[in-house]
Amino acid sequence: MIFLTNLINGLSLGSVYAIIALGYTMVYGISKMLNFAHGDVIMVGAYISFCGTSYLGLPAWVSVVLAMAVCTALGIIIEGLAYRPLRGTGSLAVLITAIGVSYFLQNAALLIWGSAPKVFTSVFSGMGSSIRLFDGGLTVTWEAVFTLLIAILIMILMTMFTTRTKMGKAMRAVSEDNGAARLMGINVNSTISMTFAIGSALAAVAGVLLCSAYPALMPTTGAMPGIKAFTAAVFGGIGSIPGAMLGGILIGVIEVFGRAYISTELSDTIVFGVLIIVLLVKPTGLLGKKITEKV
Amino acid sequence: MKKEFMKKFAVVMLSLVMVFAMAACGGSSGGSSDSGSESAEAVLYVGATGPLTGGASFYGNAVKQGAMIAAEEINASETEFRIEFRMEDDEADGEKAVNAYHVLQDWGVQVVLGSVTTGSCVAVAGETFEDRVFEITPSASSSDVTNGKDNVFQVCFTDPNQGKTAANTILELYPDAKVAAIYNNSDPYSTGIFNAFKAEMEANGKELVEAATYPDDTNADYSAQLTACKSAGADVVLLPIYYTPASVILKQAADMGYEPTFFGLDGLDGILDMEGFDTSLAEGVMLMTPFNPWSDDAKVAEFVKKYQDAYGELPNQFAADGYDTMYVIYETFKAAGCTTDMSNEEICDAMVAAITGGFSYDGVTGEGMTWSTDGTVSKDPVVVVIKDGQYQDR
Amino acid sequence: MKKITSKGLSPYRKNEIISYGIAILGFAVISVLRSLGMVSSSLQGQLVPICAYVIMAVSLNLVVGISGELSLGHAGFMSVGAYTGIVVSGIMGTMGAADPVRFFAAVIAGALAAGVAGFLIGIPVLRLRGDYLAIVTLAFGEIIKNIMNIVYAGIDENGFHISTKSDYGLSAEGRMLLNGPMGATQVDRISTFFYGFILVMVTLFVVQNILNSRQGRAIMACRDNRIASESIGLNVMKNKLMAFTVSSALAGMGGVLFGLNYSTLLPIKFNFNTSILILVFVVLGGLGNIWGSMIAAIVLTVLPEALRQFADYRMLVYAVVLIVVMIATYNPAIRSRVSAFAEKYLRRKKPDAAPAEGGAD
Repeated sequence: MIFLTNLINGLSLGSVYAIIALGYTMVYGISKMLNFAHGDVIMVGAYISFCGTSYLGLPAWVSVVLAMAVCTALGIIIEGLAYRPLRGTGSLAVLITAIGVSYFLQNAALLIWGSAPKVFTSVFSGMGSSIRLFDGGLTVTWEAVFTLLIAILIMILMTMFTTRTKMGKAMRAVSEDNGAARLMGINVNSTISMTFAIGSALAAVAGVLLCSAYPALMPTTGAMPGIKAFTAAVFGGIGSIPGAMLGGILIGVIEVFGRAYISTELSDTIVFGVLIIVLLVKPTGLLGKKITEKV
Repeated sequence: MKKEFMKKFAVVMLSLVMVFAMAACGGSSGGSSDSGSESAEAVLYVGATGPLTGGASFYGNAVKQGAMIAAEEINASETEFRIEFRMEDDEADGEKAVNAYHVLQDWGVQVVLGSVTTGSCVAVAGETFEDRVFEITPSASSSDVTNGKDNVFQVCFTDPNQGKTAANTILELYPDAKVAAIYNNSDPYSTGIFNAFKAEMEANGKELVEAATYPDDTNADYSAQLTACKSAGADVVLLPIYYTPASVILKQAADMGYEPTFFGLDGLDGILDMEGFDTSLAEGVMLMTPFNPWSDDAKVAEFVKKYQDAYGELPNQFAADGYDTMYVIYETFKAAGCTTDMSNEEICDAMVAAITGGFSYDGVTGEGMTWSTDGTVSKDPVVVVIKDGQYQDR
Repeated sequence: MKKITSKGLSPYRKNEIISYGIAILGFAVISVLRSLGMVSSSLQGQLVPICAYVIMAVSLNLVVGISGELSLGHAGFMSVGAYTGIVVSGIMGTMGAADPVRFFAAVIAGALAAGVAGFLIGIPVLRLRGDYLAIVTLAFGEIIKNIMNIVYAGIDENGFHISTKSDYGLSAEGRMLLNGPMGATQVDRISTFFYGFILVMVTLFVVQNILNSRQGRAIMACRDNRIASESIGLNVMKNKLMAFTVSSALAGMGGVLFGLNYSTLLPIKFNFNTSILILVFVVLGGLGNIWGSMIAAIVLTVLPEALRQFADYRMLVYAVVLIVVMIATYNPAIRSRVSAFAEKYLRRKKPDAAPAEGGAD
């Protein structure tokens, strides 16, 4: 029973990582940049949703839509102002700019919403208390159930989007070969903007789900999950949508199991240790493509 | 190559200019603020460092606001001199705290109020000890803060003292309970209390059934720790942590239907004022705090009212500590017979002698506080229980 | 590779002279100003950290700029050095050694320990490429920090103790050296600006000599084209490992300098953010550009302090400055405009073929 409880907790945490990692992976796939500001977009999404429900009195789902809209706009603005001027100059310059954006978002949030942590009201609070099984021996929260379902749903939708729709195919083309895609008449700029828009909308969802399950909301809330999700994306093979999903879930489960069965003091060491071992065996992550080098 | 060179050369020149400009500004700013004050009245420069940005900024801002209220009150009644209070951001980081302290030195700081967090405070205390500047911290509770430094004092009780009191209280209230703890193993405050707590419990022949840790206050998930405590059958869970992670722990425990008695320390103070927090989750939680904003004590009520008028929120223990610390500085300064034109070293020696020589202070965080030569304060932690969204005596 | 310009100086040599020049000039000017009492205590207090960050930036440049591997865990090696140095200095302090002896013994020990850590970590890490390598360095950085959180060490009449538990039986007279998450406390602050200057010079000497050596050219060849280098018989792995190890050892040295400058040092100081900060120095200063790293480290260390007048907006302004400077430095359009401007007003002889900057990704 304890094992089941831990497994469910791990799946729940892992699915939040998975949704964040999806955003990371999409942006990486198309622009080959590590968008370290992604975690902070999550935080902004959570704050917007919080403001929607607490200050404007909106229903939970409206506030989520609002958060998605704001984050989408934010993603497009960040890409256009901070990343586009540096496109094609190598990923390191953009990486540092992304860090600048991350500092900016954190400190802007600090000025706007103050330093006091806020408690996020779960968007599932209307569902009643958690599900109790086996006479209370096993409890599953609605957050856990929905986070997992939403993560799977998003993964399916994203896979369909990238394989079925024109825009999705354009994204894959750009991520495959930017120059060739341009020659084929694909508007690379708008495709990349679109990717950031989708990635940021996903970040808003992730923010809401993250804070529904773990309700403390601060300007630094997104930082650590961001790093973990980045780890997850690499773990699963960065650039791969199912890989991000798998990586996220595995990192979550390993983290919780590591704490439960090995040592709470060294739980991060265990997560990162597993990551290192996996990468040494499979250097491009679990589902990553094998890169062949051209001479 | 050449064009690059010229551009980089320009960067070098610009940056050198900046550095020297800063050196020059810094050098003169101490003087300018002296002459800048219009009247000829004497000014006592009280400087503080604390986190005003970053994850711990909430504590820094609370201390700042509390201290500012005290400074205003003092300035309204004191006729001989005026207190000028300035707080610099240290991001709860030792290196930045030392930088901030040096900025305060350039400003002409005479007494240091701070730092707010332990790591910063130990770093700054190392500097003030060498520079002979009187320092008193509202909230840095590690014994490393005062250890070996005669010029550094604490207004809060020390971590080992808290851990010990927590152990004794639990042993007294729940002699047969199984006790567990969840703490942040990368935080000096949390680990300091936990280690003292554990030692005291074991000295009384009681082993903890579970001691779970987490690495960071921004950590999201505590379910594994709670599951471990639950399966170990713990009836009392010690939370020597700050209230932000505690709010998540309380929610997760409620979600999993685990209802032990949670026992917090002063770090838990403030949990009830968190925006959006469901206070029913904290019902029955015990905590040790020196400050109860719902107390009917006249002094406390007045402070709470002023604070609410000024900032629109209830003061927490950090704000109260900041308020008291400013008063302790003021009254010690007066009791020592210091004047604002004395050197820092003279002020320091006089204030150290005064504060350890029978000085006593009644504040909002305790009555009859006195200080020993090792820098610690004599006040007893009060254990309260949360009932109906308020602290009540148990 | 070595091109002799009209002045008879290779570009390497010229850059070398600029780097040494900045260090010596900076030290001389600050020393003179200090003797005249013209340096604010704010700047005084930053002199040693500036030296430490310069060392960190230059040493990371060896990995990121010259060897072309993105490392996100440099702060981990800094912490290994810092804590080793603090322990050595603490032990020697109880034996009554003189400060300079203690300091340099600590530096040597710290550099050795960090170098060994770098060598051991480098063996697996350098088998990976690109962003995968980056994430593994990040992982090692976090692991080192995590482990430092549970290391307790002290010295008493029974000798030196090290443990992962807080109650390891240190006697009451003993001296606590490392205290888990509280890190090192009661450190004797024996770092000085002069020591910092010496260590900066040592770092510059080591890094620039590597750059200018056969091995350095081999490392850069591996960076520019791994397969081609392998095909002409260069041992890519060996060369990269050498650079990584040296860089870690130098980072350890910087860590000792930094650690012995404060009376306390928390393990959490050496987190991901610090690694990133050092990486920012390197990228902003220009990949492979040693003196660029130095300038960037100095400016970005002083900048947050210089921005204190903005109070609450300080870090926001810092973020904006960082973004704007990055765009101004790397944006192709702005770059060409600046070049045109320089061409017009600062007319010099024909430009050399500029090496591809920012190309190592």
